[in-house]
Amino acid sequence: MQKSPFWSLIFWAGVWEFVGQMQWMTLLPPLSGIWFAFAELFQQSAFWDAFIMTARTFGIGLSLSIVVGIPIGILMGISSRADKILSVWVNLFLSAPITAVIPALMPILGIADATVIATVILFSIWVVIIDTQAGVTHVKDSLVEMGKIFGCSRSKIIFWIVIPSAMPEIITGIRLSVVRAVKGVIVGQIVIALIGFGGLFSTYLSYFLMERFWALIIVVFIMSFTIIGLVEMLERRIAFYAKSR
Amino acid sequence: MKKRSRSTEVILSTDSINVVYQESLIALQNVSLDIPAAKLTAILGPSGCGKTTLLKVIAGLIKPTSGSVKVRGKEIEGPGPDRALVFQDFALLPWATVLQNVGFGLRARGVPKKERDETSLHYIKEVGLLGFEDKYPHQLSGGMRQRTGLARALTINSDILLMDEPFSAVDEQMRRKLQEDLLNLLKVENKTVIFVTHSIEEAVYLADQVIILSGRPGSVAEIVYPKIDRTGEIDLIRRQPGYIDLVDEIWSSLKKYVE
Repeated sequence: MQKSPFWSLIFWAGVWEFVGQMQWMTLLPPLSGIWFAFAELFQQSAFWDAFIMTARTFGIGLSLSIVVGIPIGILMGISSRADKILSVWVNLFLSAPITAVIPALMPILGIADATVIATVILFSIWVVIIDTQAGVTHVKDSLVEMGKIFGCSRSKIIFWIVIPSAMPEIITGIRLSVVRAVKGVIVGQIVIALIGFGGLFSTYLSYFLMERFWALIIVVFIMSFTIIGLVEMLERRIAFYAKSR
Repeated sequence: MKKRSRSTEVILSTDSINVVYQESLIALQNVSLDIPAAKLTAILGPSGCGKTTLLKVIAGLIKPTSGSVKVRGKEIEGPGPDRALVFQDFALLPWATVLQNVGFGLRARGVPKKERDETSLHYIKEVGLLGFEDKYPHQLSGGMRQRTGLARALTINSDILLMDEPFSAVDEQMRRKLQEDLLNLLKVENKTVIFVTHSIEEAVYLADQVIILSGRPGSVAEIVYPKIDRTGEIDLIRRQPGYIDLVDEIWSSLKKYVE
């Protein structure tokens, strides 16, 4: 329990409760009030609809990012021509404020799943590509030479040597992309503000249902941390790769 | 009296090899060599003289700018099953066990798993790694890793074994042990060995023919044939008359290339 954030959480929950009870801010209800809002929230079909929609768009967007991002990263790692053509765009989007692009997506893709999925992809694909490419370009030369010595074809070298060697970086890329996809799915819905959790947030805010609003924020935070925690756990199981190189 | 005499068949030869990098940096200049079959040939020279480049040209990994490499009179066009290479940094797959690493060359050739494992185990035993076949490279010492690399090279049963500073990444005691084991192994396996080294002692201790390369650009400065009897006890090799003299002799001819 030495380094546990438990006591810190208790302390700040106390501060929240105190500030809420004082009623200094109408936007901040006491924490105890939010507890009851959780029960209300989970009984609402609107919440579950939003939850399913979020899970679906998150799942589809992240899967596409990984499935498309890894081959692009590999291609950029083994072909300098592909690298020259694509790296400008990848690096541009990696650090660009993607949120600004979402309003432009809406008229093209409509106010529905497609726009949210596109947002998730725009948030999460670039880091997969960059990390995969880094992994592929840092494969030890001697391992590739070893493959050639034993008569491996180019595709065998890629699948038997290059991709497994790049695995630690690919896994890191996937972990980072999950974090970004979580942000993307929430930001996408909030900017669109009519569907999913974004729709719920704006409804609660406009009707001053602050307990539900905060309960929803806490639910979203817990979901994000759970997903990120799961991925980190998964990464640690594969970490023996990295340390053995 | 000597089993390893000088007059034997030439298994591999290089014909005026030149390797030029970026149009101006000459790595190798006019290297012509004959490598006798079933002998140990050492390539010795100061660091940066192109020893490893020469070995990689022979292995088929580097295409010479001009000149050719012939195995039994036939020009090579790249790596081939007649030549196996043992790497300086072992080049083991970190995610694969000793058994899988040793069987890599056979797997690349499409040998079925059962046969592959049998052959691999045979050579794992021969290099003294029995009991470690399920370990991963990071669980092994440097010496054991190089034994794994050696076993992998042996599985494909090529006549020529190329070794790129094979014992330079392990400590002195392990190096001696590996050198002794290599000599013992070669009594069983009939191989032509070409190895690169920067150690004069190692070259004299192991080799029947020592090719001395000059400094940049690398070209053949001298070829020495150590008359060391290796048929008897391995421990006695370093005590033979002429061993130390030869080490000194090579050092004095090599000295001028070392900056």
